[in-house]
Amino acid sequence: MTAPPESGQPLSLQLLADMLRIRRMEEKCAELYGAGKIRGFLHLYIGEEACAAGALRALAPEDNIVATYREHAHALLRGVPLRAIMAEMYGKAAGCCRGRGGSMHLFDAARRFYGGNAIVGGGLPLAVGLALADKLQGIARVTACFFGEGAMAEGAFHEAINLAALWRLPVLFCCENNLYAMGTALARSESQTDLCAKAASYRVAAVEVDGMDVRAVHEATRQATQQVRAGAGPFFLEYATYRFRAHSMFDPDLYRDKAEIEQWKQRGPIHSFTAQLKAAGELTEEAFLALDASAEAEVADAVAYAEAAEMEPIADLLKDVYTSQETS
Amino acid sequence: MKISYREALRQALREALSTDPRVFLMGEDVGRYGGSYAVSKGLLDEFGPERIRDTPLSELGFVGAGVGAALGGMRPIVEVMTVNFSLLALDPIVNTAAALRHMSGGKFSVPLVVRMATGAGRQLAAQHSHSLENWYAHIPGIRVLAPATVADARGMLVQALADPDPVVMFEHAQLYNLEDELPDDWQCDITHAAVRRPGTQLTLISYGGSLPKAMQAASELASEGIDAEVIDLRVLRPLDSDTLTASVCKTHRAVIVDEGWKTCSLAAEIMARLMENCFYELDAPVARVCSEEVPIPYAKHLEDAALPQVAKIIAAVRGMLNV
Ligand SMILES: Cc1ncc(C[n+]2csc(CCOP(=O)(O)OP(=O)(O)O)c2C)c(N)n1
Repeated sequence: MTAPPESGQPLSLQLLADMLRIRRMEEKCAELYGAGKIRGFLHLYIGEEACAAGALRALAPEDNIVATYREHAHALLRGVPLRAIMAEMYGKAAGCCRGRGGSMHLFDAARRFYGGNAIVGGGLPLAVGLALADKLQGIARVTACFFGEGAMAEGAFHEAINLAALWRLPVLFCCENNLYAMGTALARSESQTDLCAKAASYRVAAVEVDGMDVRAVHEATRQATQQVRAGAGPFFLEYATYRFRAHSMFDPDLYRDKAEIEQWKQRGPIHSFTAQLKAAGELTEEAFLALDASAEAEVADAVAYAEAAEMEPIADLLKDVYTSQETS
Repeated sequence: MKISYREALRQALREALSTDPRVFLMGEDVGRYGGSYAVSKGLLDEFGPERIRDTPLSELGFVGAGVGAALGGMRPIVEVMTVNFSLLALDPIVNTAAALRHMSGGKFSVPLVVRMATGAGRQLAAQHSHSLENWYAHIPGIRVLAPATVADARGMLVQALADPDPVVMFEHAQLYNLEDELPDDWQCDITHAAVRRPGTQLTLISYGGSLPKAMQAASELASEGIDAEVIDLRVLRPLDSDTLTASVCKTHRAVIVDEGWKTCSLAAEIMARLMENCFYELDAPVARVCSEEVPIPYAKHLEDAALPQVAKIIAAVRGMLNV
């Protein structure tokens, strides 16, 4: 299988490669959903690639990551093998959750990837707890929690950020503001649409960054992480972004203006970054094609792997309900 | 004319909104999106955003506000996307809505209707697939309904809104596409279980998304010469013991089909009642077909294996009759 780009490459090329890997994976997922290979809810990340790409390269391997149901990209860039991700979406035993979780529930303990949570806002208190555990044990680790702007209406957000601030916990709140929570636009759900002001009201440092600009995301996240790691308490980052596809595969997407979608697509994170790099002489067309081909090959390999993988035997249905094998 | 369960619910909502100005619908994406199960599609255009009210993702907040609005003289219908997410709103439902009348010495009633989807079968994994109706059925002070037919989907909301107390209504996600003839007399009562199929040899007791499975099992059993009566609980709280007892006194055997987990389930409660009420009428221990004791998995073959299925119901019946 094709290896992810090595860290020997310049950062800009790593970031581009990351975004291409996400895009190719997600496009394939959409296709596989159409073909009935992936079922359940499927939430794609197309358009938002710069957020995960910029952010995850700013975090260290020992940091904790908490994500939502729109988490394929976070899992992939965290290092969960695409084979294991794809096999999970196929519901196979080789999947990272042995077919129990599917698209919305990817987990990887070794990589400190804590989901994969389909309860909106559910990951936020979890992140606070992970950070608390680290603090109590004297471990200098950051917990990064990804969530949508919609989650900021949940009580869980307010309770979590308050605790994190009160106890000065090392939590990086990464809000991917794509402007819509399913069909509900931000202005229809929040009295205060300035999300940084909301976070700041808990006396948490808060910065908004262009979520379509991978370098800006990376730099802002790097700086925020540094502060959190240095013991400054939680930090709130708002990545201003947009999803190019519907909320999920069941969503007819009737609530958004087509012109609005087109406008955002003009600012697509991959082609704008590619153009920038080419203009600066840092990327040739051949190098771009090579990165893209490598991403496609990785996806193709993962699909072939998932296709061939075994199903979990039904005899194992009750496995992993408890840590020891007893059932009630 | 045949209509879908979804359409029947929409008709019921439309009628309620048209006839009573106190009625309004609120919940996540009920308006512009058209409802996450498309139940309220089109209602925003008809009734406007005051009465088809999109809420933020704040289950505790908007269900609690529904309790307040009911106290304040309105007749709110609150939609929670699924029973899984309703756990974020358990406090206003259990600690406030259900208790208020009693706590206030009868001074306040809470005429609130909370609707939510429940159940598995769509490969949505654990956080979108559970059947927690029995949690609500545990709570005194609320009425818990589970329409399983198009007629009940049409009829129950009227009665729920007329009820001065809080009503929680469960719509199994697998039923929304169910199509059936809407009978002229779709009006129903919300106090009694319904006999969906008369029979003599044993009673299959079910509700909600499991009812179609129980009915199918009964018709397959009929072709083998086994005559099962099928009872649809419809009302999960307060439970209609009389209909159950009458049936089991006639058939002397019962199999309960419940998508909840066995442990501490509605099925367990029904077994207990049959023991209390008609133990000496039983020719065999009561049996039950429930979900396996596992958070519902994503992979289809595992999900299917976890849920009550027609074959499992038939096997339970055969086991009981020794055939
Ligand atoms: C507690 C809870 N309520 C409702 C839902 C249904 N739901 C799933 S995703 C979603 C929208 C969330 O929007 P946002 O937080 O902005 O994240 P995005 O999907 O835009 O990435 C909703 C309402 C849920 N999963 N959990």
